[in-house]
Amino acid sequence: MIKVQNLIKQFSNSPVVNDVSFDVKEGENLIILGTSGCGKTTTLRMINRLIEPDSGHIYINGTDVKSQQPEELRRGIGYVLQNHGLFPHYTVLENIAIVPKLLKWKDEDINKRATELFGKLNLDSSLRDKYPSSLSGGQQQRVGVARSLMVNPPVLLMDEPFGALDNLIRISIRKEFRVLDELVKKTIIMVTHDVQEAFEMGDRICLMDKGSIQQIGTPEELLFKPVNDFVTDFFKEQRLQLELKSVLIADVMPEFPSHKNETVWDKMDQLLSYNNADPGEGQINLEKLMTAFATYRKVNYGAN
Amino acid sequence: MEQTESFWAFINQQSDKLWSQTWAHIGLTMISLIIAILVAVPLGIFIARKQKFSSTVLGFAGVLQTIPSIALLGVLIPLLGIGPKPAILALFLYALLPIIRNTYTGITEVNPAVVDAARGMGMNKWQILTKVELPLAFPVLMAGIRTATVINVGVATLAAYIAAGGLGEFIFGGIALNNSNMILAGAIPAALLALVLDFLLSLLQKINLKAIKIRFVILPFLVILTSSFLMLPTQIGGRMLGGFTPEFMGRQDGYLGLKKVYKTNIETVVISDAVMYKAAFEKKLDVISGYSTDGRLKAYNLITLKDDKHIFPPYYAAPLVRIEVLKKHPELEKILNMLTGSINDSTMTSLNFKVDQLKQSPEQVATDFMKASGLYKPSKNGSGGTIRIGSKIFGEQYILVQMYKILILGNSNLTVETKTGLGGTKICFDALTNNQIDFYPEYTGTGFLVLLKPNQKTIEALNGSKEGVYNYVSKEFLNQYNLKWLEPIGFNNTYALMMRKDQAQSLHIESITDLTKHLNK
Repeated sequence: MIKVQNLIKQFSNSPVVNDVSFDVKEGENLIILGTSGCGKTTTLRMINRLIEPDSGHIYINGTDVKSQQPEELRRGIGYVLQNHGLFPHYTVLENIAIVPKLLKWKDEDINKRATELFGKLNLDSSLRDKYPSSLSGGQQQRVGVARSLMVNPPVLLMDEPFGALDNLIRISIRKEFRVLDELVKKTIIMVTHDVQEAFEMGDRICLMDKGSIQQIGTPEELLFKPVNDFVTDFFKEQRLQLELKSVLIADVMPEFPSHKNETVWDKMDQLLSYNNADPGEGQINLEKLMTAFATYRKVNYGAN
Repeated sequence: MEQTESFWAFINQQSDKLWSQTWAHIGLTMISLIIAILVAVPLGIFIARKQKFSSTVLGFAGVLQTIPSIALLGVLIPLLGIGPKPAILALFLYALLPIIRNTYTGITEVNPAVVDAARGMGMNKWQILTKVELPLAFPVLMAGIRTATVINVGVATLAAYIAAGGLGEFIFGGIALNNSNMILAGAIPAALLALVLDFLLSLLQKINLKAIKIRFVILPFLVILTSSFLMLPTQIGGRMLGGFTPEFMGRQDGYLGLKKVYKTNIETVVISDAVMYKAAFEKKLDVISGYSTDGRLKAYNLITLKDDKHIFPPYYAAPLVRIEVLKKHPELEKILNMLTGSINDSTMTSLNFKVDQLKQSPEQVATDFMKASGLYKPSKNGSGGTIRIGSKIFGEQYILVQMYKILILGNSNLTVETKTGLGGTKICFDALTNNQIDFYPEYTGTGFLVLLKPNQKTIEALNGSKEGVYNYVSKEFLNQYNLKWLEPIGFNNTYALMMRKDQAQSLHIESITDLTKHLNK
C-alpha cells in the first residue's frame, strides 16, 4: 500500500532522515517510534509532501506521490496532529467539513457523514456548532480524528495524536480507537515517542534513532529479537510490562484457544483483581500463567 | 455660559466652512488610510512570509513614523506642490507602520499547528491565507488600522498648513488669532471624527471574516476611496491663487479687510507661514500674505504690493523705554535715536535675509551694518550703570538689540545686558512694565492693536496713518504705562501681500488695487 524507499532529508547540512525505507501493507498500523529529533516526524511529513525529501521515493498504491499536486495528494490522505490543529475560528462542524468542501461535497453529504462520525467517535451532537476552544482536550482530539476521517481516506497519517492529552484520557481514548471500525480497516502510519502507545496500537513498530531505522518488526520481534544494543536498551526500563502486554495467551498456552487473543497482561489483570472468583479446575490460573510465560521467555531468549 | 453661547454662535455662523472642512478632513483621512491598507496589508503578509525582510521593512516604516509631520510635509512640497496630494502622501506614510506591523504580527502569531493542519488537509497557499491566516489575524490587523485611523485624523489637521484644507484651518487659525471658539470648532469635530471612525472600525473588527469572500471586502474599499475624493476641496481653476496664513485669514487687518476694502476677489487656500514663501517661489501660489521685512522676500525674489488703501496698520519699529531709565540716564534717548532713518524696509529685509537664510549671527550682521553706515564706535568699556535690553524671539529683534548694544557701548559709559528671546509681545511688555528690562524694540501696530486694544472707531479714525498711530500710542503709553516710544527707526514690518517679482512686473501689478483690477478683468 505504502512504499518508502531510501528517503534522505538534510536540514542545514545535518542529516535528519538518513536512508529510510519501509513498506506498509493495506490495513496495517505502522508505528514510527523514537525519541525527539530522531527523524520520525520528518519521515511522516514527507509522505504527504509537507516536507520534500532530498532524495528517495514514496509510492502510495504504486503511484509516486510526486506525480500529484501536493494539495490534491493531501486531500486524499487523512492527517491528525498532536495539537489537533483545529481552526479556532471555525465551529466543530465547519472544521470537519474543510476537506469535503475542498473536494466540493454537497452540504447534505457532509451532514450525513458528520452525523455518522459523531456517533462512532462518541461526540455529542450538541458540540457541532461549538468552537474548539470550548471543548475538552479529549473532545478536541476526537474532532481532529473525525476531521481526518470525513472523506474516508484509505491512508491516515497521525503525528503524536494523543500527545497533548493527559494520561488517563490518553489510555481510554487509545483503547477506544483501537477497536473503532473506521480506524481498524485503514492503513495508518503513526508517529509516537510513547513506547506503551506503540505497543498497544502498532501491528508493526519502526524504531528510529538519529535519522535511521534501527529495527522494524512486530512488537514481539523488537522485544525478543532485538538486532542491536540500541533496541535492547530502548525497551529495558519497561521490558517486563511490554512483554506481558505483547505476548498472547495463544503464544504461551495454546491449549486454551478460547483465550488466544487476550494478552498475558490482560489475563493477569483479570486474575489479580481481588473480587475475582477462583477460576476453578481446568481454567487458567495465576500460577499456570506465570509458569507458561516464564517458559516462553526462556525459549525465546534462548533462540536469540 | 457666555463662552458656550458664543461657541454655538460661531458654529452657526461658520457652518458652511465647518462642513467643508470636516468633509475635507474625512476625505484626506479615508483616502490616505485606504491606500495605506492596500499597500501595507500585502506588505505585512509579504514580510510574514519572508522574515528576513521584516526588520528592514518595519525599520523603514518606523523611521517614516519618526519624521515630524511638518518636516515631512515640507519635504513633499517640492515634489508634489501644495494641496491635498502631499497631505495624502504624508498621511499615507504615517499610516503604514501600524498596519504593516499589525498585519505581520497577526499573521506570525497564528498558531503554526493550525496552518500546518490547513496544509496537511490540502489547502493551497491562497486558501490558507484567506481562510485561515487573514481571518485569525483580522482582529490584530484591524487594531492596527484603528491606530492608523486615529493617527491620521490627528495628523490631517496639519494638512491646513499646506493648503489641503481640513479642520486644521480652524485650529491653527484659532491659535494664531487667540480665538478659542475657532480652535474648539476645529478641535471638537476632529476629536469626534476620531472617536466615530474608531467606533465604526471596532464594529468591523468583530466581523467573522471566514464567511466573507475577499472580493466583497475589496468592493466597499473602492467605493469609499472614490467617494472620498469627492470630499476634498475642489482645486482651483482661477487664474490666480492666494495662499494666506490662518491668522491672516481671520483678521480685519488681513483677508477680511482685503475683501471689504479692496473687494479683492481671489481664490484662496490656507497655508502655513513656514512653507508659504517657498510655495510662492515655486509658482504653486501667486499671492501670499507675509511680513514686509521678512528675509525670505529676498531669498525667493518676491516683492510686496503697495497697500494703497491702508488696510494694514503701520508696524514701525521703535524703542519702547521706561521713563525712569530715561530720567536716570538722560543721554540714552539721543543714543537710541541715532538709528533713526538708517534702516528702510529693504535694508531690514536684507539684514533679516542674512540672519534667517544665510545663517549669519545677529551680532555679526549688526556689527557689519553699523560699520558700513558709520555708526560704529568701539566700546568704551564704561562702568556707569547697566541697561537691560529685551527682545522677542525672532531674528529681526535680535539684530536690533545688537545694534542698540553697539550704540550704547560706543557712545556712553553704560554697560549692556541683553535678554533676548522673551517669547512674544505679552512677555516682553510684562518684563518692561515689571522693571525686568529697560527697553525693547516694539512695533507701533502691535502696541496699538495688541497692547492698547482700541475700539473700532479709533482704528478707523486713524485710517492706518503712520503718524496718527505713532502719536496715539506715544500718548497712551505715556499716560497708561509711563513708557515712552522713541523715534521710529524707519522700516515698517507690517502685513503685506506679496507676489513673484517677474509675475508682478509682467502683469504691471504694483499695488493691491492693481491686483484687484487684474483679477476682475
